[in-house]
Amino acid sequence: MITITDLCKSYDTRQGEVTVLDHVNLTIKPGEKVGILGRNGSGKSTLIRLISGAEQPTSGSVHRGMSISWPLAFTGGFQGTLTGMDNLRFICRIYGVDANSLVDFVQDFSELGPYFNEPVKTYSSGMRARLAFAISMAVDFDCFLIDEVVAVGDSRFHEKCRIELFEKRKERAMIIVSHQPEFIKEHCDHAVVLVSGRLHSFEHFEEAQAFYHAQG
Amino acid sequence: MTIASTKSMRNKTPLHRSLKIQMRVIGALLMREVLTRYGRHNIGFMWMFVEPMMFTLGITALWTFTKMHHGASMPIVAFAVTGYSSVLLWRNMPARCVGAIQPNLSLMYHRNVKVIDVFAARILLEVAGATTSFIVLSVFFIAIGWMQGPQDVLKILLGWFMLAWFGASLAVLMGSLNERSEIVEKLWHPAAYILFPLSGAAYMVDWLPPAAQKVVLYLPMVHGVEILREGYFGSAVRSHYNIPYMASVCLGFTILAFTQERYVSKRVIPE
Repeated sequence: MITITDLCKSYDTRQGEVTVLDHVNLTIKPGEKVGILGRNGSGKSTLIRLISGAEQPTSGSVHRGMSISWPLAFTGGFQGTLTGMDNLRFICRIYGVDANSLVDFVQDFSELGPYFNEPVKTYSSGMRARLAFAISMAVDFDCFLIDEVVAVGDSRFHEKCRIELFEKRKERAMIIVSHQPEFIKEHCDHAVVLVSGRLHSFEHFEEAQAFYHAQG
Repeated sequence: MTIASTKSMRNKTPLHRSLKIQMRVIGALLMREVLTRYGRHNIGFMWMFVEPMMFTLGITALWTFTKMHHGASMPIVAFAVTGYSSVLLWRNMPARCVGAIQPNLSLMYHRNVKVIDVFAARILLEVAGATTSFIVLSVFFIAIGWMQGPQDVLKILLGWFMLAWFGASLAVLMGSLNERSEIVEKLWHPAAYILFPLSGAAYMVDWLPPAAQKVVLYLPMVHGVEILREGYFGSAVRSHYNIPYMASVCLGFTILAFTQERYVSKRVIPE
Protein backbone atom coordinates (compact mmCIF):
# COMPACT_ATOMS: atom_id res chain seq x y z
CA MET A 1 0.00 0.00 0.00
CA ILE A 2 1.20 3.47 -0.85
CA THR A 3 -0.38 6.23 1.19
CA ILE A 4 0.04 9.85 0.19
CA THR A 5 -1.09 12.18 2.93
CA ASP A 6 -1.57 15.95 2.64
CA LEU A 7 1.34 16.19 0.25
CA CYS A 8 2.46 19.74 -0.51
CA LYS A 9 5.34 20.93 -2.61
CA SER A 10 6.35 24.50 -3.27
CA TYR A 11 9.39 26.01 -4.92
CA ASP A 12 11.11 29.31 -4.37
CA THR A 13 11.18 31.20 -7.64
CA ARG A 14 12.04 34.75 -8.59
CA GLN A 15 8.30 35.45 -8.51
CA GLY A 16 8.13 34.22 -4.95
CA GLU A 17 6.91 30.91 -3.62
CA VAL A 18 4.98 28.79 -6.12
CA THR A 19 2.81 25.95 -4.85
CA VAL A 20 2.95 23.05 -7.28
CA LEU A 21 1.15 20.43 -5.19
CA ASP A 22 -1.55 21.43 -2.74
CA HIS A 23 -2.62 18.87 -0.11
CA VAL A 24 -2.67 15.83 -2.36
CA ASN A 25 -4.16 12.63 -0.89
CA LEU A 26 -4.04 9.31 -2.68
CA THR A 27 -3.88 5.62 -1.82
CA ILE A 28 -2.60 2.89 -4.10
CA LYS A 29 -3.37 -0.70 -3.14
CA PRO A 30 -1.25 -3.65 -4.29
CA GLY A 31 -2.03 -4.40 -7.93
CA GLU A 32 -4.09 -1.25 -8.39
CA LYS A 33 -3.56 0.86 -11.50
CA VAL A 34 -4.16 4.54 -11.00
CA GLY A 35 -4.11 7.05 -13.81
CA ILE A 36 -3.33 10.68 -13.09
CA LEU A 37 -4.65 12.98 -15.78
CA GLY A 38 -3.22 16.43 -16.03
CA ARG A 39 -2.29 19.10 -18.50
CA ASN A 40 1.22 20.44 -18.93
CA GLY A 41 2.27 22.26 -15.79
CA SER A 42 -0.40 20.72 -13.57
CA GLY A 43 2.26 19.14 -11.31
CA LYS A 44 2.22 15.59 -12.72
CA SER A 45 5.95 15.12 -12.94
CA THR A 46 6.53 16.71 -9.55
CA LEU A 47 4.03 14.28 -8.05
CA ILE A 48 5.85 11.35 -9.68
CA ARG A 49 9.18 12.57 -8.33
CA LEU A 50 7.75 12.89 -4.83
CA ILE A 51 6.17 9.43 -4.95
CA SER A 52 9.44 7.92 -6.22
CA GLY A 53 11.30 9.66 -3.39
CA ALA A 54 13.63 11.53 -5.72
CA GLU A 55 12.41 14.78 -4.19
CA GLN A 56 11.36 15.63 -0.67
CA PRO A 57 7.93 17.12 0.10
CA THR A 58 7.56 20.59 1.61
CA SER A 59 4.99 19.07 3.97
CA GLY A 60 2.90 15.93 4.18
CA SER A 61 4.19 12.44 3.56
CA VAL A 62 4.47 9.52 1.21
CA HIS A 63 4.33 6.15 2.94
CA ARG A 64 5.81 3.43 0.76
CA GLY A 65 4.53 0.06 1.89
CA MET A 66 5.79 -1.59 -1.29
CA SER A 67 8.77 -1.21 -3.54
CA ILE A 68 8.41 1.53 -6.14
CA SER A 69 10.30 1.82 -9.41
CA TRP A 70 12.07 4.90 -10.71
CA PRO A 71 10.09 6.67 -13.47
CA LEU A 72 9.94 4.09 -16.21
CA ALA A 73 12.18 4.18 -19.29
CA PHE A 74 14.01 7.15 -17.85
CA THR A 75 17.16 7.83 -19.93
CA GLY A 76 18.63 10.73 -17.95
CA GLY A 77 20.73 8.58 -15.63
CA PHE A 78 23.00 7.23 -18.33
CA GLN A 79 26.63 8.22 -18.33
CA GLY A 80 27.73 8.68 -21.96
CA THR A 81 31.25 7.36 -21.52
CA LEU A 82 29.99 4.14 -19.92
CA THR A 83 28.73 1.20 -21.94
CA GLY A 84 25.20 -0.18 -21.79
CA MET A 85 26.62 -3.01 -19.71
CA ASP A 86 28.28 -0.57 -17.25
CA ASN A 87 25.02 1.32 -16.86
CA LEU A 88 23.17 -1.92 -16.17
CA ARG A 89 25.78 -2.88 -13.56
CA PHE A 90 25.46 0.52 -11.90
CA ILE A 91 21.68 0.27 -11.58
CA CYS A 92 21.99 -3.30 -10.28
CA ARG A 93 24.52 -2.25 -7.64
CA ILE A 94 22.21 0.53 -6.46
CA TYR A 95 19.24 -1.78 -6.13
CA GLY A 96 21.26 -4.69 -4.77
CA VAL A 97 20.45 -7.19 -7.51
CA ASP A 98 22.81 -9.50 -9.36
CA ALA A 99 23.66 -8.03 -12.76
CA ASN A 100 25.03 -11.25 -14.27
CA SER A 101 21.67 -12.98 -14.25
CA LEU A 102 20.09 -10.02 -16.05
CA VAL A 103 22.63 -9.45 -18.83
CA ASP A 104 20.97 -11.85 -21.25
CA PHE A 105 17.52 -10.39 -20.70
CA VAL A 106 18.61 -6.78 -21.09
CA GLN A 107 20.84 -7.44 -24.09
CA ASP A 108 18.13 -9.46 -25.77
CA PHE A 109 15.26 -7.11 -24.98
CA SER A 110 17.08 -3.90 -25.86
CA GLU A 111 18.16 -5.37 -29.23
CA LEU A 112 21.45 -3.52 -29.00
CA GLY A 113 23.57 -6.41 -30.23
CA PRO A 114 27.29 -5.61 -30.02
CA TYR A 115 26.49 -1.99 -29.12
CA PHE A 116 25.62 -3.20 -25.63
CA ASN A 117 29.35 -3.08 -24.93
CA GLU A 118 29.93 0.31 -26.57
CA PRO A 119 29.70 3.71 -24.82
CA VAL A 120 26.15 5.01 -24.54
CA LYS A 121 27.19 8.28 -26.21
CA THR A 122 27.45 6.36 -29.50
CA TYR A 123 23.79 5.30 -29.25
CA SER A 124 20.92 6.83 -31.17
CA SER A 125 18.06 8.18 -29.06
CA GLY A 126 16.01 5.09 -29.95
CA MET A 127 18.79 2.81 -28.73
CA ARG A 128 19.03 4.74 -25.46
CA ALA A 129 15.29 4.47 -24.95
CA ARG A 130 15.36 0.72 -25.62
CA LEU A 131 18.21 0.23 -23.13
CA ALA A 132 16.38 2.34 -20.53
CA PHE A 133 13.20 0.35 -20.91
CA ALA A 134 15.04 -2.97 -20.75
CA ILE A 135 16.88 -1.95 -17.57
CA SER A 136 13.59 -0.74 -16.05
CA MET A 137 12.14 -4.19 -16.65
CA ALA A 138 15.21 -5.99 -15.28
CA VAL A 139 14.74 -4.83 -11.69
CA ASP A 140 11.56 -6.05 -10.06
CA PHE A 141 9.13 -3.73 -8.27
CA ASP A 142 5.67 -3.97 -6.70
CA CYS A 143 4.66 -0.66 -8.20
CA PHE A 144 5.77 0.96 -11.44
CA LEU A 145 5.81 4.70 -12.01
CA ILE A 146 5.04 5.63 -15.58
CA ASP A 147 5.49 9.21 -16.68
CA GLU A 148 3.65 9.87 -19.94
CA VAL A 149 2.89 7.34 -22.62
CA VAL A 150 5.46 4.63 -23.03
CA ALA A 151 6.19 5.11 -26.70
CA VAL A 152 9.60 3.61 -27.16
CA GLY A 153 11.10 2.86 -30.55
CA ASP A 154 9.13 1.69 -33.59
CA SER A 155 5.66 0.13 -33.42
CA ARG A 156 7.04 -3.39 -33.16
CA PHE A 157 9.22 -2.51 -30.16
CA HIS A 158 6.35 -0.49 -28.76
CA GLU A 159 4.22 -3.62 -28.82
CA LYS A 160 7.00 -5.61 -27.15
CA CYS A 161 7.09 -3.05 -24.32
CA ARG A 162 3.31 -3.16 -23.96
CA ILE A 163 3.38 -6.95 -23.55
CA GLU A 164 6.31 -6.84 -21.12
CA LEU A 165 4.73 -4.16 -18.93
CA PHE A 166 0.96 -4.47 -19.16
CA GLU A 167 0.60 -8.21 -19.77
CA LYS A 168 3.53 -9.87 -18.01
CA ARG A 169 3.29 -7.44 -15.10
CA LYS A 170 -0.45 -6.99 -15.01
CA GLU A 171 -0.66 -8.00 -11.35
CA ARG A 172 1.63 -5.13 -10.29
CA ALA A 173 0.46 -1.73 -9.12
CA MET A 174 1.03 1.13 -11.51
CA ILE A 175 0.82 4.88 -11.31
CA ILE A 176 0.53 6.39 -14.75
CA VAL A 177 0.58 10.12 -15.39
CA SER A 178 -0.52 11.34 -18.78
CA HIS A 179 -2.36 14.07 -20.60
CA GLN A 180 -4.06 11.49 -22.81
CA PRO A 181 -7.33 10.13 -21.33
CA GLU A 182 -7.38 7.26 -23.86
CA PHE A 183 -4.10 5.86 -22.58
CA ILE A 184 -5.27 6.03 -18.97
CA LYS A 185 -8.61 4.46 -19.87
CA GLU A 186 -6.90 1.54 -21.58
CA HIS A 187 -4.58 0.67 -18.70
CA CYS A 188 -5.99 1.97 -15.42
CA ASP A 189 -8.62 0.88 -12.90
CA HIS A 190 -9.53 4.43 -12.11
CA ALA A 191 -8.44 7.95 -12.87
CA VAL A 192 -7.82 11.09 -10.87
CA VAL A 193 -7.38 14.53 -12.35
CA LEU A 194 -4.66 16.96 -11.31
CA VAL A 195 -5.55 20.61 -11.80
CA SER A 196 -3.08 23.25 -10.65
CA GLY A 197 -1.73 21.09 -7.86
CA ARG A 198 -5.06 19.80 -6.54
CA LEU A 199 -6.17 16.23 -7.02
CA HIS A 200 -9.79 15.43 -7.94
CA SER A 201 -11.04 11.87 -7.53
CA PHE A 202 -13.98 10.32 -9.36
CA GLU A 203 -16.02 7.16 -9.07
CA HIS A 204 -16.05 6.44 -12.79
CA PHE A 205 -13.58 7.09 -15.56
CA GLU A 206 -16.17 8.96 -17.65
CA GLU A 207 -16.66 11.54 -14.91
CA ALA A 208 -12.91 12.07 -14.67
CA GLN A 209 -12.66 12.43 -18.41
CA ALA A 210 -15.55 14.89 -18.56
CA PHE A 211 -14.05 16.92 -15.73
CA TYR A 212 -10.65 16.87 -17.42
CA HIS A 213 -12.06 18.12 -20.73
CA ALA A 214 -14.11 20.77 -18.96
CA GLN A 215 -10.88 22.31 -17.68
CA GLY A 216 -10.13 23.60 -21.21
CA MET B 1 -0.19 16.13 12.22
CA THR B 2 2.94 16.88 14.22
CA ILE B 3 6.37 17.02 12.73
CA ALA B 4 7.48 14.01 14.73
CA SER B 5 4.78 11.75 13.39
CA THR B 6 5.44 12.89 9.82
CA LYS B 7 9.07 11.97 10.27
CA SER B 8 8.42 8.58 11.75
CA MET B 9 6.19 7.76 8.81
CA ARG B 10 8.86 8.71 6.36
CA ASN B 11 11.79 6.88 7.94
CA LYS B 12 10.50 3.41 8.56
CA THR B 13 13.61 1.63 7.34
CA PRO B 14 15.64 0.32 10.28
CA LEU B 15 19.11 1.82 10.72
CA HIS B 16 21.14 -1.28 9.88
CA ARG B 17 19.24 -1.69 6.61
CA SER B 18 19.69 1.98 5.77
CA LEU B 19 23.40 1.64 6.38
CA LYS B 20 23.57 -1.41 4.14
CA ILE B 21 21.77 0.44 1.36
CA GLN B 22 24.01 3.46 1.77
CA MET B 23 27.18 1.35 1.58
CA ARG B 24 25.82 -0.28 -1.58
CA VAL B 25 25.01 3.07 -3.19
CA ILE B 26 28.35 4.64 -2.28
CA GLY B 27 30.09 1.55 -3.67
CA ALA B 28 28.14 1.82 -6.92
CA LEU B 29 28.92 5.53 -7.23
CA LEU B 30 32.58 4.85 -6.49
CA MET B 31 32.83 2.29 -9.29
CA ARG B 32 31.02 4.63 -11.66
CA GLU B 33 33.34 7.48 -10.71
CA VAL B 34 36.46 5.38 -11.26
CA LEU B 35 35.22 4.22 -14.67
CA THR B 36 34.13 7.65 -15.90
CA ARG B 37 37.23 9.45 -14.61
CA TYR B 38 39.92 6.97 -15.49
CA GLY B 39 38.29 4.61 -17.98
CA ARG B 40 39.55 1.19 -18.93
CA HIS B 41 42.32 2.25 -21.31
CA ASN B 42 46.05 2.10 -20.49
CA ILE B 43 46.52 1.93 -16.69
CA GLY B 44 42.83 2.51 -15.87
CA PHE B 45 42.02 2.95 -12.19
CA MET B 46 45.72 3.24 -11.31
CA TRP B 47 45.49 6.87 -12.44
CA MET B 48 43.73 7.33 -9.11
CA PHE B 49 47.13 7.42 -7.40
CA VAL B 50 49.49 7.85 -10.37
CA GLU B 51 48.03 11.29 -11.05
CA PRO B 52 48.72 12.65 -7.52
CA MET B 53 52.10 10.89 -7.62
CA MET B 54 53.05 12.82 -10.71
CA PHE B 55 52.13 16.09 -9.00
CA THR B 56 54.19 15.21 -5.95
CA LEU B 57 57.16 14.04 -8.05
CA GLY B 58 57.07 17.25 -10.08
CA ILE B 59 57.03 19.41 -6.96
CA THR B 60 59.78 17.29 -5.38
CA ALA B 61 61.96 17.74 -8.46
CA LEU B 62 61.29 21.49 -8.59
CA TRP B 63 62.07 22.02 -4.94
CA THR B 64 65.20 19.88 -5.17
CA PHE B 65 66.62 21.80 -8.12
CA THR B 66 65.66 25.27 -6.89
CA LYS B 67 66.83 24.39 -3.35
CA MET B 68 63.85 26.31 -2.13
CA HIS B 69 63.86 24.91 1.38
CA HIS B 70 65.17 27.16 4.09
CA GLY B 71 66.03 24.62 6.75
CA ALA B 72 69.52 23.46 5.85
CA SER B 73 69.21 20.32 7.92
CA MET B 74 65.98 19.26 6.22
CA PRO B 75 66.17 16.39 3.70
CA ILE B 76 64.44 17.95 0.72
CA VAL B 77 62.84 14.83 -0.79
CA ALA B 78 61.12 13.83 2.45
CA PHE B 79 60.14 17.46 3.02
CA ALA B 80 58.52 17.72 -0.42
CA VAL B 81 56.80 14.33 -0.28
CA THR B 82 55.23 14.95 3.15
CA GLY B 83 54.33 18.52 2.23
CA TYR B 84 52.80 18.09 -1.17
CA SER B 85 51.02 14.84 -0.31
CA SER B 86 49.23 16.62 2.51
CA VAL B 87 48.19 19.46 0.18
CA LEU B 88 46.75 16.93 -2.27
CA LEU B 89 44.89 15.26 0.57
CA TRP B 90 42.98 18.27 1.92
CA ARG B 91 42.72 20.29 -1.28
CA ASN B 92 41.46 17.71 -3.79
CA MET B 93 38.41 16.69 -1.76
CA PRO B 94 36.74 20.14 -1.86
CA ALA B 95 37.86 20.60 -5.47
CA ARG B 96 36.02 17.42 -6.45
CA CYS B 97 32.92 18.13 -4.34
CA VAL B 98 32.34 21.67 -5.56
CA GLY B 99 29.99 21.19 -8.51
CA ALA B 100 29.58 17.46 -7.81
CA ILE B 101 25.79 17.58 -7.56
CA GLN B 102 24.92 19.04 -10.96
CA PRO B 103 26.35 16.25 -13.17
CA ASN B 104 24.83 13.62 -10.87
CA LEU B 105 21.36 15.15 -10.58
CA SER B 106 19.73 12.63 -12.87
CA LEU B 107 20.97 9.77 -10.68
CA MET B 108 18.84 11.07 -7.85
CA TYR B 109 15.80 9.73 -9.69
CA HIS B 110 16.91 6.57 -7.94
CA ARG B 111 15.51 7.16 -4.47
CA ASN B 112 18.48 5.73 -2.58
CA VAL B 113 21.03 7.97 -4.26
CA LYS B 114 21.40 11.03 -2.05
CA VAL B 115 23.54 14.13 -2.21
CA ILE B 116 25.69 12.89 0.67
CA ASP B 117 26.42 9.65 -1.22
CA VAL B 118 27.73 11.57 -4.22
CA PHE B 119 30.02 13.56 -1.90
CA ALA B 120 31.08 10.45 0.02
CA ALA B 121 32.07 8.56 -3.14
CA ARG B 122 34.20 11.45 -4.40
CA ILE B 123 35.79 12.04 -1.00
CA LEU B 124 36.65 8.35 -0.58
CA LEU B 125 38.21 8.27 -4.03
CA GLU B 126 40.39 11.30 -3.28
CA VAL B 127 41.48 9.95 0.11
CA ALA B 128 42.33 6.59 -1.44
CA GLY B 129 44.29 8.23 -4.25
CA ALA B 130 46.25 10.65 -2.07
CA THR B 131 46.98 7.99 0.55
CA THR B 132 48.16 5.41 -1.96
CA SER B 133 50.30 8.01 -3.70
CA PHE B 134 51.90 9.04 -0.38
CA ILE B 135 52.62 5.44 0.63
CA VAL B 136 53.95 4.35 -2.77
CA LEU B 137 56.25 7.38 -3.06
CA SER B 138 57.52 7.04 0.51
CA VAL B 139 58.25 3.34 0.11
CA PHE B 140 59.94 3.98 -3.22
CA PHE B 141 62.18 6.79 -1.94
CA ILE B 142 63.01 4.90 1.24
CA ALA B 143 63.89 1.84 -0.84
CA ILE B 144 66.32 3.76 -3.05
CA GLY B 145 67.73 5.59 -0.06
CA TRP B 146 66.59 9.14 -0.91
CA MET B 147 64.40 9.21 2.19
CA GLN B 148 64.95 7.94 5.73
CA GLY B 149 62.27 5.76 7.27
CA PRO B 150 59.59 7.47 9.37
CA GLN B 151 60.18 8.01 13.10
CA ASP B 152 56.65 7.56 14.41
CA VAL B 153 54.12 5.93 12.12
CA LEU B 154 51.23 6.42 14.56
CA LYS B 155 51.82 10.16 14.64
CA ILE B 156 51.93 10.23 10.84
CA LEU B 157 48.57 8.43 10.83
CA LEU B 158 47.20 11.00 13.28
CA GLY B 159 48.37 13.90 11.11
CA TRP B 160 47.03 12.22 7.98
CA PHE B 161 43.68 11.52 9.64
CA MET B 162 43.35 15.14 10.83
CA LEU B 163 44.11 16.45 7.34
CA ALA B 164 41.62 14.02 5.82
CA TRP B 165 38.95 15.07 8.33
CA PHE B 166 39.61 18.72 7.58
CA GLY B 167 39.46 18.13 3.82
CA ALA B 168 36.31 15.99 3.99
CA SER B 169 34.36 18.44 6.15
CA LEU B 170 35.46 21.34 3.97
CA ALA B 171 34.47 19.33 0.88
CA VAL B 172 30.91 18.66 2.04
CA LEU B 173 30.56 22.27 3.20
CA MET B 174 31.85 23.77 -0.06
CA GLY B 175 29.97 21.27 -2.21
CA SER B 176 26.69 22.06 -0.43
CA LEU B 177 27.18 25.82 -0.32
CA ASN B 178 27.95 25.81 -4.03
CA GLU B 179 24.43 24.54 -4.66
CA ARG B 180 23.07 27.61 -2.91
CA SER B 181 25.35 30.05 -4.68
CA GLU B 182 27.79 29.47 -7.53
CA ILE B 183 30.01 32.19 -6.07
CA VAL B 184 31.52 29.43 -3.93
CA GLU B 185 33.06 27.82 -6.99
CA LYS B 186 34.46 31.15 -8.19
CA LEU B 187 36.00 31.82 -4.77
CA TRP B 188 37.25 28.30 -4.12
CA HIS B 189 39.82 28.28 -6.94
CA PRO B 190 41.73 31.42 -5.92
CA ALA B 191 41.37 30.49 -2.23
CA ALA B 192 42.86 27.03 -2.79
CA TYR B 193 45.65 28.56 -4.88
CA ILE B 194 46.56 31.13 -2.24
CA LEU B 195 46.22 28.67 0.64
CA PHE B 196 48.76 26.28 -0.88
CA PRO B 197 51.90 28.33 -0.02
CA LEU B 198 50.37 29.21 3.36
CA SER B 199 49.33 25.66 4.22
CA GLY B 200 52.61 24.53 5.74
CA ALA B 201 53.56 22.33 2.80
CA ALA B 202 56.52 24.50 1.80
CA TYR B 203 57.74 25.59 5.22
CA MET B 204 57.92 24.59 8.87
CA VAL B 205 56.22 26.93 11.32
CA ASP B 206 59.43 27.04 13.36
CA TRP B 207 61.27 28.80 10.48
CA LEU B 208 58.94 31.80 10.65
CA PRO B 209 59.25 34.82 12.92
CA PRO B 210 57.02 34.48 16.02
CA ALA B 211 54.50 37.06 14.73
CA ALA B 212 54.03 35.15 11.48
CA GLN B 213 53.81 31.85 13.38
CA LYS B 214 50.81 33.16 15.26
CA VAL B 215 49.05 34.07 12.04
CA VAL B 216 49.66 30.85 10.10
CA LEU B 217 48.63 28.74 13.09
CA TYR B 218 45.10 30.03 12.58
CA LEU B 219 45.05 27.81 9.47
CA PRO B 220 43.91 24.34 10.56
CA MET B 221 45.83 22.42 7.90
CA VAL B 222 49.14 23.86 9.12
CA HIS B 223 48.65 21.91 12.36
CA GLY B 224 48.03 18.70 10.40
CA VAL B 225 51.20 19.10 8.33
CA GLU B 226 53.23 19.85 11.46
CA ILE B 227 51.95 16.68 13.17
CA LEU B 228 52.74 14.70 10.02
CA ARG B 229 56.28 16.13 9.80
CA GLU B 230 56.95 15.52 13.50
CA GLY B 231 55.85 11.94 12.95
CA TYR B 232 58.15 11.62 9.99
CA PHE B 233 61.27 13.45 11.18
CA GLY B 234 60.85 12.99 14.94
CA SER B 235 63.04 15.23 17.12
CA ALA B 236 65.00 16.44 14.08
CA VAL B 237 62.34 19.13 13.66
CA ARG B 238 60.57 21.46 16.06
CA SER B 239 56.87 21.32 15.42
CA HIS B 240 54.15 23.72 16.43
CA TYR B 241 50.64 22.38 16.59
CA ASN B 242 47.54 22.27 18.71
CA ILE B 243 45.41 19.17 18.20
CA PRO B 244 42.37 20.45 20.17
CA TYR B 245 42.36 23.61 18.04
CA MET B 246 42.43 21.71 14.76
CA ALA B 247 39.88 19.18 16.01
CA SER B 248 37.52 21.99 17.08
CA VAL B 249 37.74 23.65 13.68
CA CYS B 250 37.14 20.31 11.93
CA LEU B 251 34.21 19.55 14.21
CA GLY B 252 32.73 22.99 13.56
CA PHE B 253 33.14 22.50 9.82
CA THR B 254 31.60 19.03 10.06
CA ILE B 255 28.49 20.28 11.87
CA LEU B 256 28.12 23.21 9.46
CA ALA B 257 28.69 20.88 6.51
CA PHE B 258 25.95 18.48 7.58
CA THR B 259 23.42 21.24 8.21
CA GLN B 260 24.12 22.69 4.77
CA GLU B 261 24.01 19.25 3.17
CA ARG B 262 20.62 18.64 4.79
CA TYR B 263 19.32 21.97 3.56
CA VAL B 264 20.49 21.27 0.01
CA SER B 265 19.37 17.65 -0.16
CA LYS B 266 15.87 18.60 0.95
CA ARG B 267 15.62 21.01 -1.94
CA VAL B 268 17.51 19.23 -4.67
CA ILE B 269 15.47 18.78 -7.85
CA PRO B 270 16.53 15.84 -10.01
CA GLU B 271 16.76 16.62 -13.70
